[in-house]
Order: sequence, then C-alpha cells, then structure tokens
Amino acid sequence: MEHYNMNLTLKVWKQKNTNASGSFEIYQVKDISSEMSFLEMFDVLNEQLILEGKEPIAFDHDCREGICGMCSMYINGRAHGPWEKNTTCQLHMRAFKDGDTIVVEPWRSKAFPVIKDLMVNRSAFDRIIQAGGYISVNTGNAQDANALPIDKKNADDAFMAAACIGCGACVAACKNSSAMLFVSAKVSQLALLPQGQPERESRVLNMVAQMDKEAFGNCTNTYACEAECPKGISVSNIARLNREYLSASLSTEE
Amino acid sequence: MGLTGLFLVTFLIVHAGVNACIFINDGGATFNAAAHFMSHNWVIRIMEIGLFAGLIAHILQGLLLWKQNTAARPTKYAMSAANENSKWYSRSMGILGSLLLIFLVIHISKFFVGTKVAMYADGGANDASHNLYLEMKEEFQKWWVVLIYSLGVISLFWHLLHGFQSAFQTLGINHKRYTPLIKTIGVGYTFIICLLFLLMPIAFYFGWIQ
Amino acid sequence: MALNSKIPAGPMNEKWNDYKGHVKLVNPANKRKLEIIVVGTGLAGASAAASLGEMGYKVKAFCFQDSPRRAHSIAAQGGINAAKNYQNDGDSVFRLFYDTVKGGDYRAREANVHRLAEVSSSIIDQCVAQGVPFAREYGGLLSNRSFGGTQVQRTFYAAGQTGQQLLLGAYSALERQVALGNVTQYSRHEMLDVVKVDDKARGIIARNLVTGELERHFGHAVLLCTGGYGNVFYLSTNAMGSNVTAAWKAHKLGAHFANPCFTQIHPTCIPVSGDHQSKLTLMSESLRNDGRIWVPQQKNETRKAVDIPEEERDYYLERRYPAFGNLVPRDVASRAAKERCDDGYGVGTTKMAVYLDFSDSIIRYGKIEAGKQGNVNASEAEIIELGKDVVKEKYGNLFEMYDKITGENPYETPMRIYPAVHYTMGGLWVDYELQTSIKGLYALGEANFSDHGANRLGASALMQGLADGYFVIPYTLGSYLADDIATKSISTDHPAFVEAEKKVSDRINTLMNIKGTKTVESFHKRLGKIIWDKCGMSRNAKVLQEAIEEVQALKKEFWSDVRIPGAINEMNPELDKAGRVADFIELGELMCKDALDRNESCGGHFREESQTEDGEAKRDDENYNYVAAWKYVGESNWELEKEELNFEIVKPSQRSYK
Repeated sequence: MEHYNMNLTLKVWKQKNTNASGSFEIYQVKDISSEMSFLEMFDVLNEQLILEGKEPIAFDHDCREGICGMCSMYINGRAHGPWEKNTTCQLHMRAFKDGDTIVVEPWRSKAFPVIKDLMVNRSAFDRIIQAGGYISVNTGNAQDANALPIDKKNADDAFMAAACIGCGACVAACKNSSAMLFVSAKVSQLALLPQGQPERESRVLNMVAQMDKEAFGNCTNTYACEAECPKGISVSNIARLNREYLSASLSTEE
Repeated sequence: MGLTGLFLVTFLIVHAGVNACIFINDGGATFNAAAHFMSHNWVIRIMEIGLFAGLIAHILQGLLLWKQNTAARPTKYAMSAANENSKWYSRSMGILGSLLLIFLVIHISKFFVGTKVAMYADGGANDASHNLYLEMKEEFQKWWVVLIYSLGVISLFWHLLHGFQSAFQTLGINHKRYTPLIKTIGVGYTFIICLLFLLMPIAFYFGWIQ
Repeated sequence: MALNSKIPAGPMNEKWNDYKGHVKLVNPANKRKLEIIVVGTGLAGASAAASLGEMGYKVKAFCFQDSPRRAHSIAAQGGINAAKNYQNDGDSVFRLFYDTVKGGDYRAREANVHRLAEVSSSIIDQCVAQGVPFAREYGGLLSNRSFGGTQVQRTFYAAGQTGQQLLLGAYSALERQVALGNVTQYSRHEMLDVVKVDDKARGIIARNLVTGELERHFGHAVLLCTGGYGNVFYLSTNAMGSNVTAAWKAHKLGAHFANPCFTQIHPTCIPVSGDHQSKLTLMSESLRNDGRIWVPQQKNETRKAVDIPEEERDYYLERRYPAFGNLVPRDVASRAAKERCDDGYGVGTTKMAVYLDFSDSIIRYGKIEAGKQGNVNASEAEIIELGKDVVKEKYGNLFEMYDKITGENPYETPMRIYPAVHYTMGGLWVDYELQTSIKGLYALGEANFSDHGANRLGASALMQGLADGYFVIPYTLGSYLADDIATKSISTDHPAFVEAEKKVSDRINTLMNIKGTKTVESFHKRLGKIIWDKCGMSRNAKVLQEAIEEVQALKKEFWSDVRIPGAINEMNPELDKAGRVADFIELGELMCKDALDRNESCGGHFREESQTEDGEAKRDDENYNYVAAWKYVGESNWELEKEELNFEIVKPSQRSYK
C-alpha cells in the first residue's frame, strides 16, 4: 500500500448546544497522511484549532476499534462514511484523495437531538432496552449453563443479532429515521433463545411501544439500515420483529 | 400497509385479467361480457366496496406514514448519498403512490363513473347499450390520454417492484429459502401486470386491435 | 494504621463459603433505605449496580459515556475463563486458582484468587440465563477453547466479541433495574471527587458533561468500577476516554494505590504508524497459535518480507524458547520483540515492529486440505489457496481488521506487530471485601489490584470484573452496611459536600485560567512517551529516576502552560481531558516510584538489574514478596505500606519457558 499525503476541505456542522441553531463551517487541513484514521484527522484539525484560539469540533468517540458504538458521523451523505460494514473510527484516510471536500454532519433524527456539533443524544436507545430488552433473571437465579442445550443454528442467529453496537447508524441512514433494525436485533436475539420465551410477547409489544413513543419513524423496507450497519445486522430481523409483533398483538388479552 | 397492499395486488390480477379480454380481438364481445358480469354480480359488487375501503385504507396509511416519517427528521441532511444504500424507488413510494392516485382519479372518472352513470342514470335506461369496449377504444385514440396512462403504469411498475416484496417483509415473511422466490414472483408479477396495462392504450392507439 | 486484608481464617477452599455463612446481612426493609453509588458501568460496575438493585438497594450508576453499554469492557475479544470442566480435561477450581496465581508470578493474594476461581462457574450460568449468546457445539452445549498459558480448555467465548456480549448482558440487567426504579442512571457524568464525612465515603461530586454543572450525590457507600489506567502511556489499547481520575481522587483522599507499576504489555498489536496515532489496536493472542514471529537477520533490512529468504530470517522466539516457541506468555513475548527492535532488527517504516507470518500455516493447512480431498498432485498455488481458506475461517475477522487499519493484506504479506499497553494489574488497594483503605469506598474490577498479581492471564479480566460485581460485592457490602442502617441519608448541603464541590470547582477554574500555549493532547503525548520509554517493558533505576524528574517537570509545565478552549458551563471535551491528563501525570510519577522501589523482575515488571545470565526475568521473593500499597501524603510524596503475601498453597518457583 503506497502512503500519500493530502490536503482537504472539510465542511463540518457546528452547533453550540441542543437549543442553538447550527450551521456549517469550512476548514482546511493540510498534510493528512493516508495512514491516519478519520478521527485522527479530526484530532489534527482540533489541535490546529486550539492553537489558533478557536473552538475545536466536538464529536463522540471512545474505543476507536469499532465496537463501542460511540462514534457517529454522517460523512459525505453516508452514516460512518463510504466503507461498507465500518464505523467512523475505523474509516481511514486512504478512502479519500488530495483535494477532496468532505461534508460531515451529525446523525439527524428527532429522537437523537444534537448535543453539540457532531454529538447527539442517543438515550432513546437505552429507554427502548429498559422497556423490555432483557431477560428477567436476578443474579444467583441461574441453573447450570449446560442444563439448557440450544440449537446451534438459533444460537448463531441470536449471536449475529446480538452483534449490534447500538451506534444508531440504522436510524441515521433510514430516510424515515426508523429504529426498527436496532429494536429487531434485540427482539430477535432474545426470541431465538429458550431463555427469552417467558417474556417473549410482552417484550416485543413494550419495546415497539417505547420506540414509537421516542418519535422514531416507520420502517418502509428500503433496507438502507442493513447496508449501512457496521455489524451487518440483517433486515431479516425486522421481519422477525414484525412476526413477533403481529402474533403478540393478536394473542394479547389487553 | 403490507396487508392492504397485498389486497390491492390481488385486485390488479383480476383487473388485468378481465381487461386482457380485449386482446382476444373479437370486437370487445368477451370483454364487454366480462365487464358486465363484474359490474352486475352482487358478490363482486360487495367486494367492490371492500376494494374501495382497502384503497382508502392504503392511502390513509400512506399519508400517516408520510406525516410521521417527515416529523421523525425535522432537520434534513445537507448531503445525502442514499443511492449507495438503497434503491430510489423504495424511497419514493409516497411520490409514486401520489402519482398513482392522480392517475386513478382520471382513470375512475373516465371509465368507472361512466359505467355507473349508464347503470343508474335515467333508471338504468342506457345500461344494456353501454359499451365499455368502444368507450376505451375512443378514449385511447387521444395521444394525451395514452401518455397519461403510460405514465400511470410506469408509476405502478416502480410502486409494485418495491411494494410486492416489501409487503411480505412487513408481514414478517423473510426466509432464506422462500424470500428469493417471493422476490422473483414479485418481479415477474410486476412485469406481467404492467406490460398488460401498458399494452391496452398502446394497442388501441396504434390500432393493433379493433 | 497497618493494612488489614481481612482474609478469613480457615482452609483456603472453605474461606469464601465460611465468610458467606457468617457475614452480616441487611434486611429487605433496611435495604430500601440504603443508597449506593456505583461509578463506571463496565462489567464490574454494571453487574454490581444491577445485582444491588435487584437486592433492593437504591442505586445510582454513573458513566462518562453516552450509555452504560459503551464502557470499554465491550472491546475484550478473546473469552472468559471458568472452571466448569465441561471438556472433561481435568479442570477444577483448584487448577484455575493455581494457574492464576502462577501466571501472576506470585504477586497476587491467594484468598482472593481462590474466591475468583470458585465463583467463575456461576458467572457462566448467570450470563447464559441472561441470553448471552456464547459459542456452542452442534449438540447445543457450550463450546470452549484454550487460551495462553494453560493446559485445559476453560475459555468460553462469543466469536471475537466476548466482552461485548457479556457487557450487553450486564447492561440489560442494569436497564431492567432502571425500568423497575431501583437504579437511576447518570450517563455523560464524570466523577470528580469522593466526599468523606467522618472518615467514611458518603458521596461523590460529579460533573454533568453536557451542561458542565457540578452535582452532589449522597451514598451510604461508593463503588469505584472505573477500570484501569493504561492510558497513562497515551498509546494503549484502552478506549480514548478510559482514565484514572476516579481512582486517583480516592487515592488522594486516603485510599492506598497498590502495585501501580504492574502493567501488562500485550505482544500482538498493530504497530504505531506515525505521530498522529491516537490509539493502538489489539490482535487477539490466538494468532500466535498459527503465526510465526520473526525479524530479518540483517540490521536495517530494506527488502520486502517476502523477498527475504528463509535462511536470512530470525525466528527469535523459537530460537530462544524452543520448548514454548511462539506461545510463550505475553510478558516474555513482548520483551523479546522489544529487544530485537532496540537492537536494530525491527521492520516497517518505523522499524518498531516484527513480522507475524502465516505463510507456513497456510501451506501446512493447504497440504492437509489437499490430502483430505485426495488431491495428491496439488500444485503449490492450489495448496496455498486451500490453506488460505482454512486460515480465513479461523482468523478471517482479525485479518479483515488488520487490512482495514493498515491497508495491507495479511494473506499475502506477513502482519507487522508490536507490543502495546493493554491492562493494568495495579490499582486501588482493597481488602478481601473489596473495600479500599477508606471506609465505605470499594473498588471492583480492573480498578482494584487484587487478583492478577504481576501479570494477568488471558480471558481472566472478564472473569474478575463479573465475579466482583455479580458474586462478591453483593455479599461483602452487607458486612459494612449492616452497621450503617441507622445512618440517615446525609443532606448534600452538609459542609463536607460544599467543601468537596468547592475544591472541584476551584481546580476547574484554575485549569481554565492557565490560558497557556500548549494543548492538553500534547502534554498527554509527552507523558506517554516518558512512561513508555522509561517505565515500559524494561526498566532500570537510572531511567526511572530520570523519568520521575521529567514527569515532575512536565507537571509544572502543564499547570503553567496548558491551553483549554471553551467555557466551564458547557459541553467541553478538552476540559474533561485536561482533568484526566493532570491526574495521569501524578499517577505517572507514582508508577515510576513504585517501579524504582521494586528492584526485582516479576511478571510484566522487568527490572534490568534483576535478570538471569541469559536475560530472563528474576524474581526476588526474599525482599519483594509484598503488595506495595502507596499512601498519598502530599504533592510528590508517598508512603509505602507493605502487605506481605503468604503463599499457603501455591509455592513460588521461578518460571521457565526454555
């Protein structure tokens, strides 16, 4: 891999706080190495801004290895930028070339209000999990782990759904700001496992109700979520959610 | 949305089937007989009410979705590369549906209302002599009517191309083995139905059928 | 006051049971009146907060991330150990206990380790009941794999995302308690001080990171589950936000800091590519099962790896350690890589990397596959293709990650790897009950020092975090709180809270008013370089003394020349970072001091003065068989208190991997 340096123009969303109105600012960065990660490029820019006496750009990030789900940038019109199955922190500058202009925006959704610049509030996801994204088992209640054999196929499917990192790229990419992929991943994981059966119906009804309450949009099956999901969560989970929801709605007595 | 959509999908099969009688090219005899049956059989008449109910429900659901989904993102993105992650027509069901609705209004006012007027105006005096086939033939001599119909069918094509498989997903049917089959059937269905509908005005216009 | 580790009397394998049988209990009606603060929501914090909430305590859980689910436990790849013996390969509580004490190079407290091994099995049960999707066999039962330095298969895993799945399990249990009203969650909050009333921890001062406001929170007890301090090195595999601040504040208020110099350097990480680098990424240890590590025999080699013929390569681990070869423990592998690079044999643009080569394995697997297919005349190209498929199946996701970060294809050209800071065995000193030397203040998980001695075995960090949170603290906390049931909630208007908040606010004001010329990041980088160069993989008295002076100078410079943009009463990530770096600088000094004091080599701590003739680590049990617990006295001033270690069961011996 040949390394190269580049000069870039960045068009970045700046917003002081949730209530302020924001706007784009234009920045120039020079001598960016193709080996840098996208966030390291932002580090360089922020260092430069601080030394110039200007406000650095606030953005969310933590593990920088693609698993914590904290980073969240909408880069050139795509959640987490141009690479497939990737988070912003794992995007590297060799995805760009000298002279490029890069537009960076925060996740846009009513349910994810902007906190500052590129940071958004994703606590709606926590509240959806609180509504039922768990198995009610107190510490110490468990039987021996191998007392409950689980079909490998189901276990593998549950794992694939559980790989969700809760970053919100699905919501960001969806034209309707729908959170169906996120919700369906958790519903699927638990519906596929025998441990999840006792609360199966109430879980799906409550989680969907909370999702609606948080003002996420509806799923219209464009599948943009799956295409932009850094962990490749499949939309077949959304179908499972629909199935679970329909059957629970029909059988509930309330 | 999926349920009403699939209901309308089945209607289209009947509608296209009956209308395809014109291609028998017998001066409209079979077609008129079929049309007469469809408009006079009481079972079909009751189903017709269901059809309108379904259509209205589909439209209302669509409007509700549009309202909720627009509200879910008050600030739009300045730059969007949505074509990288989804098909344009899957994102355009609202606009395609609206075009279809405009088309439907024209369509119904031309043919459906005509039939009803013949059946009930003046105590049904013109019912027996009403010839839907001739009416179609006449209408489709006008180039602009043919154009409107063609545009309507094109909208229908994209609407169905997404809608057919999407309805199954909404109803919770997504299966490694069956979904590819459903998708293939959906594409086949869309092509056949739309081709049939498209051929009708064109065939009359160019005089392929008499 | 001498440190009292409160190890229960009796035989090793009965201590914990006996303790549980006799520990004081708090009745349910009283639990409702008792408030507990849990800082940090990783494996230890989330599991503790959830379990205590279930028991009926009123819990407040704090994390600086935007959601508890993002704590850095999530990044653990490999697995979690448990003495289940599902594989019928002779595993037992005793063996797990033994391996952990030995792996820790005899610097851990036996009683704690034994308890850890005892509860390990319940952790797996609990996690499975929560719906954690561990890997399974076709029969539906749990799968195990082997992991560094043990002879049994006791590691449970969920592909390369075990930490994520375990944390999401604990997080869901926590969210359930939030929904039930037993736990209140404070995300984007950072603890900036402990509040002490009458010498007991009674609350914290936290900063709301969104608004910048300082908040006072009361608790009958405070649990610090705030992870390790690897970011003192600037570059580490820790998350960017991981910090020592909570533990450090506790330390400055009187909690002893134990064995700060014990840090684990993981041998297989993606090397640094340039000055801009912000973080290092681990490549799972499992790669050493099939990869061969080598450097060129010539210094300053300029040829590409594939162009260097076999006879000009130095497979230095196989050469030095014929018995264990590429599978020597982490500390040994790391030091050997450093030694080669320091001598000028390193590879890559920075020359600070060694090769991890899969070409032999690809050919070996390829031949086996060809054999299975009955293809006796397979061409070399065919064999390589078949072999690549096998390697892809085993390590595909890791190879992909490497490719993403470096832009190089590890199937074609060897990976470049270099050791990186990964875990810190040191931490707040705690007794058997996980209580620090401040009453009512507890430390769980990586934040405490207790279980891993001078070196942690693979797949044991997850085990310890969850053991502390699910199965230890719910019992041991009762011992303290049972005497505290009469204590009413203390108003946060109490002078102690007012004073603590003022202290925090003064410090923030001081930081903001420096208005110097250098960024926080630049100080952090410089600190990291000092600690890495002088208190890293290999240490000696001379450089450690230099390091102490350099860190002190850096501290002065920081407090007179740092520049923090923005304001106090708003979201200000630079201000957050400044507070953390200021604490790291102070910790850095203590680390060097501890490393200087411990004139022996043990586990991850290698003192050049204490090595065998052929350059291996040499422990000194006569003089250093203790936990170094440092008491903060004043600026740059600490007192060493020693907790002598007694090895009743596992008798110390010199490790050898020759």
